[in-house]
Amino acid sequence: MMKIKDVVALLDGSVITGIENNESSVDMAFASDLMSDVLTVKTDNLLLLTGLVNVQAIRTAEMSDITCVVFVRNKRVTEEMTTVARENRITIIQSPYSMYKASGILFEAGIQPVY
Amino acid sequence: MHFEFKVEGGNFSRAGFPSSEVKKRLKQLNVDGSVIKRTVVALYEAEVNIVAHAYSGVISVDIDAGKIIITLADEGPGIPDIRKAMEIGYSTATPEVREMGFGAGMGLSNMNSNADKLEITSEVGKGTTVVITNYFHE
Repeated sequence: MMKIKDVVALLDGSVITGIENNESSVDMAFASDLMSDVLTVKTDNLLLLTGLVNVQAIRTAEMSDITCVVFVRNKRVTEEMTTVARENRITIIQSPYSMYKASGILFEAGIQPVY
Repeated sequence: MHFEFKVEGGNFSRAGFPSSEVKKRLKQLNVDGSVIKRTVVALYEAEVNIVAHAYSGVISVDIDAGKIIITLADEGPGIPDIRKAMEIGYSTATPEVREMGFGAGMGLSNMNSNADKLEITSEVGKGTTVVITNYFHE
């Protein structure tokens, strides 16, 4: 289990939405650009790492009860995405790191994989 | 309780709005969280299918004390072979749909695993109707 604010620090990230969730925690993480795959994950309290930057990534998080989405490689988040994220209290973090590096750091820090 | 949404084929920007509204209503009705998640995941997958494959569609939602029935009726090309479409990995999605993070041939089987009852009927050249039923209590 890890606090969102610690995820932000480890990934040298910026919080785009959901700064109020800084003290809440995530148990597990899943990294994918394939939303169809994300939608099959049954785990709750999940963090999603993705390089797919569109509103469907946020909608997928909403439907899957994912509370925190990390966009890797500093991909630009659109206003439409932040609007949907705010409505659903989803934290969006931007990280300069690649998906590989970000996943490795969080894995090493103890966030569990789903599979 | 009955309500409806119109879905526009190809409009990915709006995809997810009906699923989002259904999620809010079910939360207001204090439906169990795991039932809500299964229901909106199945609905969202079905909604994305209309946006990805059909020209237009209507989503009708009926909720009573024990269950939710969602009917998604689209006007579109239809599915020639539903059994084949249910196979994991089988997909006819366009590159545009794949760029949105879908179209990997996983949607129908995921709908099946998140619905208590899933009925699909289709007529080639006319359209497809999907009915998702989920019960609030076991």
